[in-house]
Amino acid sequence: MRQRSIVQRRMVNAAITFIAGSAALLGIFMLVWLLVTVLGRGATAINWEFLTTLPKSAGSVGGGLANAIVGTLMITVLATLIGVPVGLMAGIYLAEFGRDSKYAGAVRFVAGIMMGAPSIVIGLFVYTLLVVRMGSFSGIAGAVALAIIMLPIVTRTSEDMLKLVPNQLRESALALGAPEHKMIFQVVFRAAKSGLITGVILAVARVSGETAPLLFTTLNSPYWNASMQGPTANLTVTIFNYAMSPYADWQAKAWGASLLIMAGVLFLNLTARLLARDRKSG
Amino acid sequence: MMSEVVIENPKVSIRHLDFYYGGNRALKDNNLEIAANKVTAIIGPSGCGKSTHIRTYNRIYEMYKGQRAAGEIMLDGENLLDPSVDLIELRMRVGMIFQRPTPFPMSIYNNVAYGLRLKSKPTKTELDAKIEDSLIKAALWNEVKDKLREPGTHLSGGQQQRLCIARAIAVEPEVLLMDEPASAIDPVGTTKIEELIEQLKELYTIVIVTHNMQQAARVSDYTAFFFEGEVIEFGTTPDMFSRPRKQQTEDYITGRFG
Repeated sequence: MRQRSIVQRRMVNAAITFIAGSAALLGIFMLVWLLVTVLGRGATAINWEFLTTLPKSAGSVGGGLANAIVGTLMITVLATLIGVPVGLMAGIYLAEFGRDSKYAGAVRFVAGIMMGAPSIVIGLFVYTLLVVRMGSFSGIAGAVALAIIMLPIVTRTSEDMLKLVPNQLRESALALGAPEHKMIFQVVFRAAKSGLITGVILAVARVSGETAPLLFTTLNSPYWNASMQGPTANLTVTIFNYAMSPYADWQAKAWGASLLIMAGVLFLNLTARLLARDRKSG
Repeated sequence: MMSEVVIENPKVSIRHLDFYYGGNRALKDNNLEIAANKVTAIIGPSGCGKSTHIRTYNRIYEMYKGQRAAGEIMLDGENLLDPSVDLIELRMRVGMIFQRPTPFPMSIYNNVAYGLRLKSKPTKTELDAKIEDSLIKAALWNEVKDKLREPGTHLSGGQQQRLCIARAIAVEPEVLLMDEPASAIDPVGTTKIEELIEQLKELYTIVIVTHNMQQAARVSDYTAFFFEGEVIEFGTTPDMFSRPRKQQTEDYITGRFG
């Protein structure tokens, strides 16, 4: 066997480093481009009126998206209130009680599939389940759709976080005479706290930019809808509608709404990162 | 039986104890008497079943699927392996210290208060007094009295282990099980924990698992030598170390194996 010369090896090394580096650069470049575009176009659209007033009728200039901002917040909060408790409890079951049971294996499998399910399919599902039966689009139906998307994410991350807690901690609590539920909620939960919160935040970030599941469930509205029982204004469907419209003012507002959502998701991700760092050092 | 010592009124009597990990029999017909208010050390090479043995006294193994014990463990004349025994009550009577310190993710104060709050609803004054008392008994009070509200996890390894001891003795168990309590601790911390064991035996019946024979010789009144899941020899600690009756025991304590 002939040995490769050092020069040849160095050249291959340099070439591979260059290709991998360029690929990484391309990825970062696309992201920066996206951020700069959204920031540049969105920032000019955002002003006090944009944040505090209702939309004006099609074609007229001015007005804002206050109802959509509030609507998105309400839908996301309601989705979190539905999805997180169920996901957490399912995670507790998988990590603490079920562990090796066949049922737990089935739950994990289904959660895995649900994570990959296209969000538009979940929207359609909730459409037939709630919208058709209730006879109306509603913010509640949208929240249910988002909760279904959150559910498997919260389940899997909370299972993983709880499993990171060493069994010795569980044994110590039980050895003091703690009943199982107190062991889980007072000791194991505390130990996994920042990880669990991180999981929830990432799940919220994941759904807060979803449009497809809201299209068939919440629709959109130019008015306030505090009850969430009818079509409810929200940012993502507004972006969809406004961006497709022929009016320059609406198109600019779509950029503004995009910037708001991107900023929100970025904020949530940074919070999650900070918490994760705390976990490592603590 | 291999024992030549007779224990009057033993606190715990183990009779024909077998233990299984799934189909694997890890303990074989263990018979042992644990003297009240004395320190009994369990020694033997790794994997001989020392820890498995004491983990039956508070039935902590039941947390895991497929682990089961058979035989009798009489605590004050009552078989604690009986299915009707209330586990929570049992574990309040039989406390346990683990190999690695396991402070709960809460303040020093709340660590010690944890078991007390499980047992009853103490008032703030009662709680304060009990926590101070437990930390004094665990020889930790002077080091932590000014930072009771700080997280227990911020203490050093040796301090954490003494915190775990304080937490365990706060609920006043009758028996204290120690599973290699000093193996993850530095020498200074080890000395403190050994001195502590000496003081604690006046109040509690102590069973300590150790792979360190010098430690067994220093802290215990009785010693049991385990090998491959069996109790090979049991006697007073001075006898065991000066005049072992079994060849296997002698080989182990003279360092020929293990």
